Amino acid sequence: MQTALRTTLPETELASRANFAPRARVVREERPVHTSGLPLDIRGLRKSFGDNEVLRGIDLHIPARQFVAIVGKSGCGKSTLLRLIAGLEKIDAGSISFGDAAIQPEDIRVMFQEPRLLPWARVLSNVEVGLGRDRSSGDAHARAERALAEVGLGDKRDQWPSVLSGGQKQRVALARALVARPRVLAFDEPLGALDALTRIAMQRLLERVWRDQGFTAILVTHDVSEAVALADRVLVIEEGRIAHDVMVNASRPRTRGSVELAGLEGSILSHLLSADDRT
Amino acid sequence: MSLIDSISLPRGFRLPRAGGLVEWIVPLAVIAIWQVASVAGLVPARVLPAPSDVALAGWKLLLSGELVRNIWVSFWRASIGFLVGGSIGFAFGLANGLSQLSARLTDTTLQMVRNVPHLALIPLVILWFGIDEGAKLFIVALGVFFPIYLNTLHGIRTVDPQLIEMGRIYGMTDRELFRRVILPGALPSIFVGIRFALGIMWLTLIVAETIAASSGLGYMAMQAREFMLIDVVVLSILIYALLGKLADSASRVLERLTLAWHPAFQKR
Repeated sequence: MQTALRTTLPETELASRANFAPRARVVREERPVHTSGLPLDIRGLRKSFGDNEVLRGIDLHIPARQFVAIVGKSGCGKSTLLRLIAGLEKIDAGSISFGDAAIQPEDIRVMFQEPRLLPWARVLSNVEVGLGRDRSSGDAHARAERALAEVGLGDKRDQWPSVLSGGQKQRVALARALVARPRVLAFDEPLGALDALTRIAMQRLLERVWRDQGFTAILVTHDVSEAVALADRVLVIEEGRIAHDVMVNASRPRTRGSVELAGLEGSILSHLLSADDRT
Repeated sequence: MSLIDSISLPRGFRLPRAGGLVEWIVPLAVIAIWQVASVAGLVPARVLPAPSDVALAGWKLLLSGELVRNIWVSFWRASIGFLVGGSIGFAFGLANGLSQLSARLTDTTLQMVRNVPHLALIPLVILWFGIDEGAKLFIVALGVFFPIYLNTLHGIRTVDPQLIEMGRIYGMTDRELFRRVILPGALPSIFVGIRFALGIMWLTLIVAETIAASSGLGYMAMQAREFMLIDVVVLSILIYALLGKLADSASRVLERLTLAWHPAFQKR
């Protein structure tokens, strides 16, 4: 069932794509690459809450540094998949592995729809929280300041979170997720609560830091146009299984609303809607 | 300070800034009217002595050293009782907020005890402790315990679970999680408890001192009643009012210092 509608390129072709190195990667070679993304291997993953089986066998390989978007209707299990990847829930059956590397807790970070900033800590110390075990090290301040500058909020370091706008809070949350240089960054509807213009600005920011830092990105969203604009690959989840696996081959930086993206968006949407008709 | 004020001047209409003296206008006016009424003979001195007579009585007691000694004794009892009862209440609040087992073990019992008016225990406490210091401290500590216990518990239970999850994701240890997330999150509620407790502290102490004591402000007032010294009785009541106000102001200052992040305490 889940392979029947696959539109993915074959594995071998995927591998050669990675070697081909698109233009964006060439640009990045000129900057110091601080971290490298981790690949993800998910085998036979299942998860139930009580009698409700949310994930019914997920098999998925995500190459290092890929930007994957996961879309689906509410309750399809996409957030659960992300929470399992991030280690926030226990796995019932199956496995999730991150290549051969021994991973540190700091290697995997999550960003939520709510910024989840500590209201009683100034912006800078909120970012320092993201350093994990390195919080008390000597260069904590400097690293947090660098991460804040990266999201364009260097001048807000001494503010309380309560005076920031929704978009600014989410940028602080992004800085906190980035400060420990994660190798996998999972986003759970990070832009869901933002207004349309702030959303677009944030999408550009996410794409930029992803290209700069080269982590593997997993974005859960219900906004198909966001998925198509940002991701290399869009997974559609239906009833706890991967129903479609679509590559987005458009070159970066992408033009919002281009014919190519709109066509892809339309076909993914029609998948989602036709599933609606069947039930 | 004045520079900052002039920069942030609002454009619209605004009431003049309330200085530190504004809040004293009403009490001072009441005293002035009271004085005038007494001098004019509208209020008989046997019912309510003039403020000047009360001040004079205070001055005499101050010179004899009796006033300072009694205030000190009451203040000491209030503080020790508050510290003991407050610490125990805080400890139980923490334990029951953080541990399900502890809450199931003790919360029901504490809720039952809470519904007994603690002042009703005075006869029992006198039988236990006599009219010693122990009796007063016990009653004050018991009165202070519950507001601090309840509000600490409530504060910890209502810390945003999403923030706790965030702390865990970012690898905070239990200690760090408590210090950086749970305690600051519970602090506004704990302060509500402290301010309630301060009120109960004075109330309890005064009742206890009035009924059974050989020193302190309550004792001074009861002693004065026996000798028909109504000016000293009124003086004692005024001192209670001032001490209560002092305790409240102290907790407000503390609140302002520790809750600077809270939107309600930020400069507008």
